[in-house]
Amino acid sequence: MTKVTEKLELFEVFVRSKRGLDHKHVGSLHAEDHEQALEYARDCYTRRSEGVSIWVVKSNDICSSQEDDADCFYDPSDDKPYRHATYYVLPDPVNNM
Amino acid sequence: MTPEEQNFMRKIENEEKIEPKDWMPEEYRKNLIRQISQHAHSEVIGMQPEGNWITRAPSLRRKAVLLSKVQDEAGHGLYLYSACETLGISRSEMIEQLQTGKAKYSSIFNYPTLTWADVGAIGWLVDGAAIVNQVSLQRTSYGPYSRGMIRICKEESFHQRQGYEAMLALAKGSPDQKAMAQDALNRFYWPALMMFGPHDSESAHSQKSMEWKIKRETNDDLRQKFVDQTVKQIEVLGLEHPDKNIKWNEERGHYDSSDLNWDEFWSVIAGNGHCNRQRIEHHVAAHDEGEWVRDAITAYNEKKRVKKAQNAA
Ligand SMILES: [Fe+2]
Ligand SMILES: [Fe+2]
Repeated sequence: MTKVTEKLELFEVFVRSKRGLDHKHVGSLHAEDHEQALEYARDCYTRRSEGVSIWVVKSNDICSSQEDDADCFYDPSDDKPYRHATYYVLPDPVNNM
Repeated sequence: MTPEEQNFMRKIENEEKIEPKDWMPEEYRKNLIRQISQHAHSEVIGMQPEGNWITRAPSLRRKAVLLSKVQDEAGHGLYLYSACETLGISRSEMIEQLQTGKAKYSSIFNYPTLTWADVGAIGWLVDGAAIVNQVSLQRTSYGPYSRGMIRICKEESFHQRQGYEAMLALAKGSPDQKAMAQDALNRFYWPALMMFGPHDSESAHSQKSMEWKIKRETNDDLRQKFVDQTVKQIEVLGLEHPDKNIKWNEERGHYDSSDLNWDEFWSVIAGNGHCNRQRIEHHVAAHDEGEWVRDAITAYNEKKRVKKAQNAA
């Protein structure tokens, strides 16, 4: 059996459902290049006007933080409670500020 | 328990999803690969019994609708294969397992579609049963599977409604058409109930799957939901219920029904259904016949790569 899908590159697909909203990850697919990935993405992920714009990104090009290291990775922010609005106690009459 | 296992179980208990790069028990991974790939294969093989009728659907509208539905199923196959690939198995490995019989697909697709009414019955009952299962799986613990299910559920409702509408047209038509609808209902009702799998007491994978929240409801509970919702639908069609023992049970708040023919269930799983061999042969043939297309794509791309390199030089 030819293993073409193995030679094909994996792409992640992001769709913007409406102008003004973010592109959102919707899934992945195999394609030969960006152009083909865009066409496949249109056929697979926007058959019912789910989007006005599509991004395709090679999965290999995505650099991601390791979730298992989440604790130490985000550590530096954890001791700064004053970054949250709720940290500041204001008098009731003005508290919806 | 190792710290990794503890961390994993804590996520499961807190209803947090497990994501591809997280540590997971080998058995969890294996269980998921088995279930998701089986699900993907079902979407793909499921195109055959209906595809059989695309050119013979009774009107242009019905042809267009059926074509769209079958196209959706191909998409569902893709979503699920992609979800499964995140677990470290390749697409071609999965396809090989399907073609060699190592991986299963839903037995329902080994039943033949003899008449146009069968296509209506499949949309209504088979997609209907699949929806009950898939709605429940939207809450499965593996993130990519859960997201795939949410996407699929959005598309499925049209499948069931177009099938019911086709049945309605026949049931309200001539006596012959009504008889055809009744016959399709009689044949597809029981296999549709079997789609939920064996009784929980007989199900090899059920317990662990429930513990790990891969499955969220038991086979029998899901089947009961389907039995309950279908009674009214049969009534509205004006057809006779295939189960003579169907009876409302006030105390349980559910319908009581006959037990299924489990010998038939196990026999079809073992490969002795009407169409088991044909389905796989067709899949292999379609895959082989498509080889030149895949080769052409690869050759074209190679050519482009060379050209690009020359231009750059
Ligand atoms: Fe589907
Ligand atoms: Fe469907």
